[in-house]
Amino acid sequence: MTPLLEARGLSKFFPSRDGKGIVRAVNDVSLSLAQGETLGIVGESGCGKSTLARMLMRLIEPSEGKVLFQGEDLMSLPNGAMRQRRRDIQIVFQDPYASLDPRMNIAQIIAEPLEIHGIGTRAERAARVKELTSLVGLDPAAASRYPHEFSGGQRQRIGIARAIALEPKLVVLDEPVSALDVSIQSQILNLLDDLRTRLRLSYVFISHDLSVVQHVSDRVAVMYLGRIVEDGPAEAVLGAPKHPYTEALISAIPEIDPGRRKSPVLLSGDPPNPEDVPSGCAFSPRCPLVQDICRREAPGFRQSGPSRARCHFVEGT
Amino acid sequence: MTTDSLLRIEGLTVGFNTEHGPVRVVEDVSFDLPAGHTLGLVGESGCGKSVTAQTIMRLLPSPPARIEAGRILFAGDDIAAASLKQMQKIRGDRIGMVFQEPMTSLNPTLRIGEQIAEPLRLHRGMRRAEAEARVIDVLKQVGIGNAERRLLQYPHELSGGLRQRVMIAMAIICKPQLLIADEPTTALDVTIQAQIMELLRGLQKELNLAVLLITHDLGMVAEMCETIAVMYAGRIVETGRTAEVFARPHHPYTFGLLNSSPRRAKKGQRLPSIPGIVPPPGARGTGCSFAARCPQALERCRIETPPLLPMGSDAAACWNPMP
Repeated sequence: MTPLLEARGLSKFFPSRDGKGIVRAVNDVSLSLAQGETLGIVGESGCGKSTLARMLMRLIEPSEGKVLFQGEDLMSLPNGAMRQRRRDIQIVFQDPYASLDPRMNIAQIIAEPLEIHGIGTRAERAARVKELTSLVGLDPAAASRYPHEFSGGQRQRIGIARAIALEPKLVVLDEPVSALDVSIQSQILNLLDDLRTRLRLSYVFISHDLSVVQHVSDRVAVMYLGRIVEDGPAEAVLGAPKHPYTEALISAIPEIDPGRRKSPVLLSGDPPNPEDVPSGCAFSPRCPLVQDICRREAPGFRQSGPSRARCHFVEGT
Repeated sequence: MTTDSLLRIEGLTVGFNTEHGPVRVVEDVSFDLPAGHTLGLVGESGCGKSVTAQTIMRLLPSPPARIEAGRILFAGDDIAAASLKQMQKIRGDRIGMVFQEPMTSLNPTLRIGEQIAEPLRLHRGMRRAEAEARVIDVLKQVGIGNAERRLLQYPHELSGGLRQRVMIAMAIICKPQLLIADEPTTALDVTIQAQIMELLRGLQKELNLAVLLITHDLGMVAEMCETIAVMYAGRIVETGRTAEVFARPHHPYTFGLLNSSPRRAKKGQRLPSIPGIVPPPGARGTGCSFAARCPQALERCRIETPPLLPMGSDAAACWNPMP
């Protein structure tokens, strides 16, 4: 079966700050997402996860590679056709403060995608806005109010209502709960889960928070310096990590329950600068298991059980 | 009263004058922090944890902030009543402070070496050359290699993790008895967070520091703090030994907070969540501020504010605690 979304050899290069070199923000990423699945993408700041998300819906043009949506190459679409396609692919941003126009009221914000795509009459749109507000758990009577009158969690509900207004097939969620308090975070995660089942959505869920990703994802891809270093089913990647970076990430999460605490794999040093990627394996300067070969040769993917990792020392299967 | 408490907060109430009249942000907060111990003050945005910390350091401009009631006993002296001058003597010397955002709390125009030396020059009257050796020592202590070269750099030349190490170096250079760390790792990536936590743990033992850790991250408290105080809407709602509070929370808010974390949930299962939102200061109503969100609120909860009552080995402010 054709996957809903597929990225093949996707890369994005930016000129470096001094103008002399290039920064490989995303480097040769391939992934696929089946209908109804949630793919979690994790990594630390600067790993390229947000750039990747934006390329998946062609908000940023890739330097290399392609994105196939239901088998159709998005990159080959002329602008008009691409705009039509966007009905099927929507995004929710991290910061519900910055991503809602402060001069528009809630009804206008949620109705905007419908207007852009010329859907329904004014009355039908108003009815749809009402339906959407209650679907995301907001009081439809609040639709005439402005974003600043809402809390962070409520604003995120507004952003979600806008994203699902066109009944998309895929929603890219870029750190959707990172700006929220724990008690609100769980409300939004539950809402996303409800919507996924009710509207048969597929998600690309980007986050730096592994515990959140673990909870929502069917499959997980771990990124480091522009590359996917490990991917596979969520239980495999997060339960039995193969790449030393994934292992370090997992062990770095402070655990509430003493029984779950792992002895931390402390990484030395800082995440390297994407403008100055180390030769060989990009993780080698921080890797606790580093050997000579790692500094010389960039590892390709090795399959291990259901997951695969870019590491010379993954025991293959 | 325990005689060995280094920091003892008694009935601290802090208000702000706003356009809409006075608003209470912290209400009747009390806790004890013995020398060499760690206390985690946790809660969600707006619960008053940072205001509490800044009030202890007297960092809030007054007006609009005002200590309406209570005492802040530091080594026996009430610093809530201390003059600005007395506070300047204590800050950076006997009490060190680390903030969330190292980029905005370091001076961008000063070299690292000068900034770290500043407390020594202010509190010990050291000259630059004298201070330098001590600065190099403290840089090594906080795990910054190449100390001699780092001295000459500016904050923008350092990564977030290194900047936070610089902040910590400044905070400990005068060998304080108390370190107040307000969300010290929130702005950092998780692998860097783990390094900073490890550093703080090491320094705490090495220097026998008392640490007041302010955070929204329950996991961090679990790993760093012997005791915990959970704040909600300006009040401490539960306090006790961290392991016990986490194993058997008595307050429904603590219970809800622990359970709504995806860490504890099974995959695919709905996350238990706390309905509603935190009431903003000024709209906390009568009775228990959590009552409107509480699954087991009683009539009494909406009328009468519960005091902290002993429960098991902890204390919780609840009329109808968890079994």
